[in-house]
Amino acid sequence: MQITSQQHLFASKRSWIQHHKWLLLRRISQLSIFCLFMSGPWFDLWIIKGNLSSSLTLDTLPLSDPFIVTQSLFAGQLLTSVTLTGALIVTLFYIFAGGRVYCSWLCPVNIATDASSWLRKKFRIKSSSLFARNTRYWLLFTAFVMAMITGTLSWELINPVTLVQRGLISGLWISAAIMFAIFLFDLFISRNAWCGHLCPVGAFYSLLGRLGFIRVSAHNRANCNDCMDCFAVCPEEQVIKPALRGTDQLISPVILDINCTNCGRCIDVCNKSVFKFTHRFNHNTYVNKPLNQEPSQ
Amino acid sequence: MVSLQINTTRRRFLTETARTVCGVSLFGLGLGFYTQKAFSLPPTSLRPPGALSEKEFQAACIRCGLCVRGCPYDILKLADIIDQAATGTPYFNARHAPCEMCEDIPCLLACPTNALNKSLTTIDDARMGLAVLIDHETCLNYLGLRCDVCHRVCPLINEAITLEPQHNVRSGKHASFIPVVHSDKCTGCGKCEHSCVLETAAIKVLPAHLAKGEIGHHYRLGWQEKAKAGESLVSPDASHEYNLPEGLKYEHSGKGLIKN
Repeated sequence: MQITSQQHLFASKRSWIQHHKWLLLRRISQLSIFCLFMSGPWFDLWIIKGNLSSSLTLDTLPLSDPFIVTQSLFAGQLLTSVTLTGALIVTLFYIFAGGRVYCSWLCPVNIATDASSWLRKKFRIKSSSLFARNTRYWLLFTAFVMAMITGTLSWELINPVTLVQRGLISGLWISAAIMFAIFLFDLFISRNAWCGHLCPVGAFYSLLGRLGFIRVSAHNRANCNDCMDCFAVCPEEQVIKPALRGTDQLISPVILDINCTNCGRCIDVCNKSVFKFTHRFNHNTYVNKPLNQEPSQ
Repeated sequence: MVSLQINTTRRRFLTETARTVCGVSLFGLGLGFYTQKAFSLPPTSLRPPGALSEKEFQAACIRCGLCVRGCPYDILKLADIIDQAATGTPYFNARHAPCEMCEDIPCLLACPTNALNKSLTTIDDARMGLAVLIDHETCLNYLGLRCDVCHRVCPLINEAITLEPQHNVRSGKHASFIPVVHSDKCTGCGKCEHSCVLETAAIKVLPAHLAKGEIGHHYRLGWQEKAKAGESLVSPDASHEYNLPEGLKYEHSGKGLIKN
């Protein structure tokens, strides 16, 4: 990538806020969810109790992480109506919002790994990834198999995602420090390693997002000037290509890859306003010419 | 040329898949070993009331911390990754802060799973552990003093802990009041351990499997069987006869040797 995003920023007329709109919204989302959990212990204002594994909002609405609940099922435990309801609500939400919205709009680990990839670009730290992208699905499989073999939530003993968010919410600082370890690993050892290659939580949510309703579309792909900014900023760059470059093959401009996290970074960085949030059935391109052929899914 | 290219692609695919699968399998193996270790809950870490057996508890507990928030006395903690209890599971240390035995059991009601079993409705039926007066050498009551603190703080005083008078051999003329724990009543709340006045508690709450013996299932206690049947099962009871000179009798309980 010869042209850096910096040069493009100066070349464009878009303000800094426009360039960071979705990033800022995501950080606000991540921090406010944390604050909702912390308002209880800090200010005795109990809005949400529990943590991202399972919580109770305003003493009425139960929410449970379907990944942990599934592990518990594999470990041979029966669901209670509370966890079943909670897991169903969460599942339906992610089917609507796109599975990996969990990763980019909720998960606190995302802040650390985003910082790593930002610093990597800043200091031009170049190294390839040590892992294949599909390692996370093997790890997801391992988590379920281990739950079955050991009869317990084996993966949850070391799951960095739950360790970090539980550590932050319950003040277990050594657990929370895992976040820093992931930051360093992603920064110096392997690019985008945790969120992009290894994390089975993200893998699980990506599967939930197979039917994700809200999606990013390269609706204005005719305008693309091949600056590569979106590929450089995207944590899952493989998801963009079919949608962005698929005009000739009549591929829909909607990014349907289950590993798109709906983070909106591509929308932020693109100076040609190629991308926007839309729903998965909106295959229209900017010139309002619907594609004749539906994409095969 | 084409076949060579296919071969290299296939080769790359196979080696990369093998690399990932082997790496993940080795990881899974390590995780399995670690999981086995995680079942060994340290005896000083007690689970909240209604907890399933340790293995089942770890499978059912989704580590949300709602029980911790439910506890009005801030006694429960979630295990940090360096703690010996399984990561993220709730526990309390009786010597540090015991269970206050809330009548409505809010920690249990807060649990979204069955890890804390809802069939427990009366806190007196909880079995978080079993108090054991482990050290007879330092317990002040054993030394003949009237400390009695464990007995007096027990929420089930005179039921879970009773004081049994015994002859004080040292002084020869006093009684020692020995605290005795009754496993059919003790909830394992840990108030006795918490309030033991010694530097290190002489009475400790242990997990029931460490604290309690178990009689062989084929054992039959004669006196119980006799009471159940209403008569001796082995043979009719023969009254004991003492081989004594003429004119003398012996009564075993009480009078002793009797001259006619």
